[in-house]
Parts: sequence; C-alpha cells; structure tokens
Amino acid sequence: MMGFYFSRLVEIYPFFLKGLWMTSKIAFISLVTCTLIGVILGIFRSGNNIILKRIVGVYVAFVRGTPFVVQIFIVFFILPDWGIQLDAFSAALLAMAIMGSGFICEIVAGGIDSISKGQWEAAASSGLTLTQQLRLVIMPQAMKVILPPLVGQYVLLIKDTSVISVIGVMELTRVGWVTVVRIPEGLMVFSLVGVLYFSISYPLILLSNYLERKMAVQ
Amino acid sequence: MLVDFNFRIIFEYLPLFLTGLRSTFFISLVSISLALVTGVIACACRISGIKILKYPAIAFIEIIRSTPLLVQIYFLYFGLPTLGLRVPEIQTGIIALMLNSGAYIAEIIRAGITSVDQGQLEAGTASGLNYIQRMRFIILPQALGVTVPPLLGQSIVLVKDSALLSLISVMELTRCGQTMTSERFMPAEAFFTVAFFYMCIYFCLKALADWSQRKLIFREAY
Repeated sequence: MMGFYFSRLVEIYPFFLKGLWMTSKIAFISLVTCTLIGVILGIFRSGNNIILKRIVGVYVAFVRGTPFVVQIFIVFFILPDWGIQLDAFSAALLAMAIMGSGFICEIVAGGIDSISKGQWEAAASSGLTLTQQLRLVIMPQAMKVILPPLVGQYVLLIKDTSVISVIGVMELTRVGWVTVVRIPEGLMVFSLVGVLYFSISYPLILLSNYLERKMAVQ
Repeated sequence: MLVDFNFRIIFEYLPLFLTGLRSTFFISLVSISLALVTGVIACACRISGIKILKYPAIAFIEIIRSTPLLVQIYFLYFGLPTLGLRVPEIQTGIIALMLNSGAYIAEIIRAGITSVDQGQLEAGTASGLNYIQRMRFIILPQALGVTVPPLLGQSIVLVKDSALLSLISVMELTRCGQTMTSERFMPAEAFFTVAFFYMCIYFCLKALADWSQRKLIFREAY
C-alpha cells in the first residue's frame, strides 16, 4: 500500500512544484514590500515626531500582539464588509505586508536607536540634511545591527506564508492539504511539503547564522 | 464600517469567548511547560559531546526551525492516524506546539549557557566557592539575564501560535471567532474581539518580559 501511494505521490509531484512556485512568489513579493514599508516605519518609530511615533507604536503592538491567522481573517473577511473587494491572493499579500512590516519596523528602529546620538550631531554639524544624515552616516552603521535579525525575520516570514493556506491560496501547505485527502498518507505528504520548505528556508538560516558570527566579531 | 459595530452581539457571545480564552490559556500553559522540558533535554543533548545524542538533537532543532509550524501540525494531525495512533486534536496540537517551541527554547538555553565565560567558573572555584554557591552567585545571575527575557518572548510566540490549532478544530479563542462568524456572519465583531483578547495576553507577557529584562540583566560590576 505504501508503495502504491508513493508512486501516486511521484505522479502528482509537479503539483507540489506549482505550490512551491506560488509560495516563493508570495514570499518574494511580500519580503520586498515588507522591507520597504518596514524601513520607512522604522525610521518614523525612531524619529523625533511624537505623533508618528505613537501611531507606528500602536500599529506594531497590534501586529505583534495578535496571531497572523487572526490578521488574515480580519483582512480577508472584514475588508469586503467595508467595500474593499480583494481576491485571496492580494488579501494574502496585504496581510503579509501588514504583519511583516510591523516586525521589520521594530528591527530597523532598534538598529537606528543603537547608534549614539553623537553620530547624528556630528553629521548635522557637517552640514548634511536629515536624509543625508540617515543615508550616509546612520544607516551604514545601523546595518550591522539590523542585518542578522532581519535575515532571521525573513525566515520567519517565509514560514508564515504557510498560514495563508487558510484562505485558499494554492501554495505549498494548501497543496499538501488537498493532496492528503486523495492520498491518505499524512506522514509522506507532509514530509514532502516539509522538505520543500526546508529547501527554501534552511539556506537563509545558514546565512543568518553566518551574518551573526561575522557582525559579532566587528 | 465601524459605525455599525455591534457590541450587543459581543456580549451575547462573551461566554463562548471566555471558554475559548480559558482553553487558549490551558493549551499555552501546558505547551510551554512541556516545551521547557523538551528544550532542556534537546539542549543537553545538543551540547553533550556524545555523538549519538548530539546529531539527532541538531537534526531535530534544525528541521523544526526550518519548517512552518502549520506543516508540523498537519504532519502530526494527518500522520499519527496512519501510524495507527488515534489522538484527540487538542493533544496533537499540544504535542506540535511542544516540539516546535522546544526546539527554539533549546537554542535560547544554549545561548544562555555559552554566554557565561569559562573563566568565570574557574574564578569561582579559585575563590573557594562550592558548586551551589558558584551556581547561585556566578552562573545563574549571568545566564538568567540572557535566558529569561527571550524565554518570555518565546511564550508570547507560543500563545500566538496556539491560534493555528483552530485549523485542526481545537476549540480555542480563534476557533470561537470562526464559530461566531459562521453562525451570525459578523466577522468584524468576532475577529476584533479575538484580537482584543490576544492583545491583553500579549501586553501582560510583554510587561513581564520587560520587567525581567530590567531586573535580571547582569550589570558588570566595575
């Protein structure tokens, strides 16, 4: 029986690759958007504008304080109520962007805060504008603090894309879930799904470990 | 929009939410306790020099850390029955959470232990302290400051992760929101209430984590 199911599984293997492609697509798009939004929010969060700081703080508390499933349900079920129609794929991307940017914002803000105030003052007294101060003086130094946890966060975000399966996007976990109904070998099917996730996230984990060691020495 | 947010329906469903909250508490508490045990064992195997223990522990930690929790839950949920084990959903969920958090906790504890310098132990021995005194005055104050805040962070993650158990129909907080949505179709009321309860747990644990960070962190005495 095992052998029979195994050959069935080999037959529908392309289905899994499609799921893997979908997962990679969602992961890639959302990592890029999360990083962009997260960096901007992080700069606000560590900045001097109290109102912006508070607003971003509330946003971050919401994102970090509630499970991602609940956030997906809020985006997917409640936005249509408010007149914003989204298909599952864009709802998934939106939910990922909201969640990921909140976490990345904290990492970026932590990195910027770790730079001493003297650096800002020195940059300002050299006649640099605020953007120049950030771009040329603060960010290059903050990068050392930001990069290792950022890559670690990327791994978490890639793994969180599996939760998107609950709203029916055909990504890797969903493919496993659909397959297990036809091929009732849970261990085999989800081992395959796990191996495919492993192949994406393990290289990133290694990169994160490497960056941590490299940045710690300096 | 939020103008017609219906508070009455929330009050009507409050008992359901409270049972869900209690269930989430129960699942989280049991899982974090079991995860601590798993983590300590996995960490002990990981740092032991015995190859037969070390490599399985490394494999366990790395596999858990590089696959999503949802896949692990489904793996157990669909996989255990094919092995002939009939386990209730809630126990499957707790096992999944235990293994998942256990791997992370193993890494946290390892970081705590390796953060204490070997020379500190030697200095303690040289000062004539016995084992208990060395633990009490030298190792623990330093290791706890590095270990306890991330452990509390992990417990925040675990509480949030327990929401995924709703997908294998364990009756916890998120599942209550889903139940209410399917009965009354009021997703805004249902899921904002659920989010509110999770935020309450989050703020309590966060306050505890911040407090422990302030209290336990080791300040070098110069």
